[in-house]
Amino acid sequence: MKMNPWRVTLRVIAILLILVILIGPLVGVVLWSFAERWYWPSPIPQDFGLRFWKQVFSQGRVLDSILLSLTIAIITVGFSLALAIPAAYGFARYRIPLERILLVLFLMPQAFPQLPIFINLASTFSKIGLGGNMWGIILAHTMASLVFSVWIVTATFKAIPVELEQVARNLGASRFRTFLTITLPLAVPGLIASSIFVFLWSMGEFTAAFFIGAPFIQTATVLMYTASMGYNLQIASAIAILLIIPSIIFMVIIERYLKAEYIAGLGG
Amino acid sequence: MVVLETRNLKKYYGKVHALDDVSIDVEEGELLAVIGPSGSGKTTFLRSIAGFVKLDAGSIKLHGRDITNLPPEKRNVAMFFQNYALWPHMNVFDNVAYGLKLRKLPKDEIEERVHKILKLLDIEDLVNRKPNQLSGGQQQRVALARAIVVEPELLLLDEPLSNLDAKIRMRIRFEIKALQKRLNLATIYVTHDQEEALSIADKIAIMHLGKVLQVGKPEEVYRNPANFFVADFIGTNSVIIVHGKDGKVQIGNRTFNLPAGSKYARIVVRSDEVTISSEEPKEEKGLTISGKIMGRLYMGSKYRYEIEIEESNDPLFVNSQNIYDVGSEVYVIIPDGSFFVYEV
Repeated sequence: MKMNPWRVTLRVIAILLILVILIGPLVGVVLWSFAERWYWPSPIPQDFGLRFWKQVFSQGRVLDSILLSLTIAIITVGFSLALAIPAAYGFARYRIPLERILLVLFLMPQAFPQLPIFINLASTFSKIGLGGNMWGIILAHTMASLVFSVWIVTATFKAIPVELEQVARNLGASRFRTFLTITLPLAVPGLIASSIFVFLWSMGEFTAAFFIGAPFIQTATVLMYTASMGYNLQIASAIAILLIIPSIIFMVIIERYLKAEYIAGLGG
Repeated sequence: MVVLETRNLKKYYGKVHALDDVSIDVEEGELLAVIGPSGSGKTTFLRSIAGFVKLDAGSIKLHGRDITNLPPEKRNVAMFFQNYALWPHMNVFDNVAYGLKLRKLPKDEIEERVHKILKLLDIEDLVNRKPNQLSGGQQQRVALARAIVVEPELLLLDEPLSNLDAKIRMRIRFEIKALQKRLNLATIYVTHDQEEALSIADKIAIMHLGKVLQVGKPEEVYRNPANFFVADFIGTNSVIIVHGKDGKVQIGNRTFNLPAGSKYARIVVRSDEVTISSEEPKEEKGLTISGKIMGRLYMGSKYRYEIEIEESNDPLFVNSQNIYDVGSEVYVIIPDGSFFVYEV
């Protein structure tokens, strides 16, 4: 097959542009993390080195903060699913009065600027002993991420034909057994999708983590912020790169489960 | 012996009567076909027996046990769903074995029974396939296997053949009938296809607007329809309206009395049971109507004629294997028992 050279050129340019937009910022971050000296207007650092990476790994607080972020994100995913699954099943299978309004309520924490919401929450939490505390951040994250989990899981349950549950009941399975053996396994792709959203959102969340946690505990994003405020761009960049790693691992694991077979199976 | 006893079932959706005082029994080993147009309540009837519709009134007894208010899982009736409803995340074996696992049978017995039923339905080699790797006909068999493997007291079939090709449908009809007789399984078979119902059923119930219009053997319902709706719904028919004069309706060689207040009569003619003749018959048997052929359609094994008659504005549609020219004057001879007169 012969292609018009103009079209090929245009395509290559388009692909390069997309790559620059997607990967460009990451390249900058990677360069900064290895830069020992980088003065304007040089396009690349004058001196490369591992000094700041050594600092990152020798200072316990950096790794601790990443571990804290990870712990918070994982527990948030757990809480979020534990709340969203029963709620979403109710929304999907039963007629609930004011269903639409209730569903929109879950959006509220995300619908307005985060700053006033979390400052308010922080002052409330500090009164009841949840300030400067991992659980305070987890609660805030769970509340704000419910919109992802409840909405996605509701749509997932709604997409599962009710007959699939009725057959199981008909053959002798209780409501609960039907849910465990039929509905839940079929909802796995949706549960995974919502977990990805919640996990990534929690890992990258700054405002709540800052106002509720700081200065007693610092998540990775908060530490990154403090580092860059102190003009320590190298440390901030190194943390940024480290923060990407768990997200990539999470997505790779998830992708394994989101195999085409599973999704095709849903269409049944 | 009566397996299922339904008494005065009622179900309202707002003002719509989905079930209006329905009482039908099913005997041991009997196949009851419930037919009716869409919205007649036949599916609601089936689903109420399975426990998916909460009745407003009435009682359901299965082998003498009152199951009216039991949840679906405690009824021991197996339902076959129109769209098969196979579980996409399980293979054929797990789909079929599901009900047996719930009954906590030993593993080797489950395996034995699943394989036996798959063999019976001739789908043994599909045991490890997932539903999305099966054809429509194969899915239908798996769904049927899943329903009967638990040896239910009653089998409920909701339009089991409606998603299959016309050709396969004819063959499966025989298979379902043979299987049902072999297992001697009391069965309710819901369909909108009257021909399917006639051919497969031991007993037919015709429903319309939530009411049961007639229950009887296929021959009984076909030969002695209880009312106009049944006469028209069953069989291949042509309906003509004839207006009355002085309390009488006159058509062809026959005259029918109209009761007081009636203005016209509807006459249902079984299209396949008539004879067409170009000469006036000598014997006065049945109903003979003269008319003019206005159109002819070739149907393969027969011709379908549109015949204009003097007595009615509606053309008469009848079938014959003989060929007549369009425009010719003919006599249509309808034997007794092949036409029904209903006054309106």
